[in-house]
Amino acid sequence: MKRRILLATAAATLAACAGAPVVEHSKLSDAEYTDLSAALKRDFRARGQAKMDRLEPDAVQRACNLHADNPPESVAKPLEQAQLNTIKYPNGPLLGDWKSGSKIAESGRGMQWSEKPDSPGGGGCYNCHQLSPQQTSYGTLGPSLLAFGKTRGFGPDTQRYVYGKIYNAKAFNLCSQMPRFGHTGSLTEQQIKDLTAYLLDPTSPVNK
Amino acid sequence: MRIWGRSGALCAALALAAGHAAAQSQFQQYQKMVAEGSPVELFELVGEDLWKKKQGPKNASLEQCDLGMGPGVLAGAHARLPRYFGDADRVMDTETRLLHCMMTLQGRSREDATKRLFGNEDQPSEMEYLAAYVAGQSRGHELAPGQSHPKEKASYEFGKKLYFLRTGLWDFSCASCHGEEGKRIRMSELPVLYKPEAARPLIATWPAYRVSNSTFKTMQWRINNCFAQMRTPEPVFGSDVVNAFNMFLTVTAQGEPYAGPGTKR
Repeated sequence: MKRRILLATAAATLAACAGAPVVEHSKLSDAEYTDLSAALKRDFRARGQAKMDRLEPDAVQRACNLHADNPPESVAKPLEQAQLNTIKYPNGPLLGDWKSGSKIAESGRGMQWSEKPDSPGGGGCYNCHQLSPQQTSYGTLGPSLLAFGKTRGFGPDTQRYVYGKIYNAKAFNLCSQMPRFGHTGSLTEQQIKDLTAYLLDPTSPVNK
Repeated sequence: MRIWGRSGALCAALALAAGHAAAQSQFQQYQKMVAEGSPVELFELVGEDLWKKKQGPKNASLEQCDLGMGPGVLAGAHARLPRYFGDADRVMDTETRLLHCMMTLQGRSREDATKRLFGNEDQPSEMEYLAAYVAGQSRGHELAPGQSHPKEKASYEFGKKLYFLRTGLWDFSCASCHGEEGKRIRMSELPVLYKPEAARPLIATWPAYRVSNSTFKTMQWRINNCFAQMRTPEPVFGSDVVNAFNMFLTVTAQGEPYAGPGTKR
């Protein structure tokens, strides 16, 4: 008797669940993409520093949307190379000051329509990554960067990779969820150097 | 053997269910705790006054506003939105329909009616009060947005595609954050809103009093807040894109009894 009730309940639950359609991230066709882009232009308004050109897809967004974030290598490789070419490496050292890097990693400000364009923005790194063991409020959308330099080395190649990754993450993984901080002008050269130091200076808390 | 196998599977299922219930009850305890100190009812009461208040060039109240179940019928109306409205020939959610009624029944211009859509803790907006009142009349009604009209179906499909669309200065889609189970921004857990189990409890409690803002917030505000963080321009209030999002989320949450207006962190 009990079992029959249980089974009936399970069946009812299943029937109720069947109401909502199953959703998958599917590739967009060119026509669908054109429709969506037109709808965004129609239904959004420029406000403050957030101008309408931000809704204009570039080659990277286009490839990722047309391939549901998983483009074939033949599409991804040349676009990654083009993104790599956008990275402007500074003359001189790539490591700035890890202390100011720590503040930039903490701050999630900048580039929003309600914010002043000239107020300094942050990288919002802690929104998605674990970095210093002292900061326990960290997000998990991106990989943990705890002890980054200690485990991956402090050498010039790593420095160049980290600077480049923060400047334009799409150069290394076309549909990465990480913003292109340097490429979009969201962080300055000095800020990216400071963040690079936060990850790669042996005295930074990230490496303690 | 067969019986053992079966009861084993049944027990496993029961154990799973029990674990789920324990996790749920912790969440519900928190919800209950914050809800006890929540001023949601006050917003509903002010909203009722505004619903009945004569305003605009036509000096009319909103009492004859048709939210989809006939003029002035409020019970269960919010739970059945968004839906297609023939008189406007488009899909509308609660806020969009309220704006429509302000313009048609009260004769107010769009400019006047949208002058101050989002308030603050010192002065909430008319729309926030009204949304609280209207939504409160749907408590206990199962979410059942319109899904039969071709424009309703198109709205859902459109919202679904938008959910995964990478756009804006930082290349985000909704799924960049709300795409994988068990992820967090800082310490905030991120619901995967294209899955019913996550969408149901959330959509069933918007609009809501938001403790971190010390005021009442609407669904349109919540959607705007996500886009602000995605570094896009601002969505137009009541636009098709916003309604499509809301349609997608509400269809995903359908069947859940409406339990709002809620209280959020």
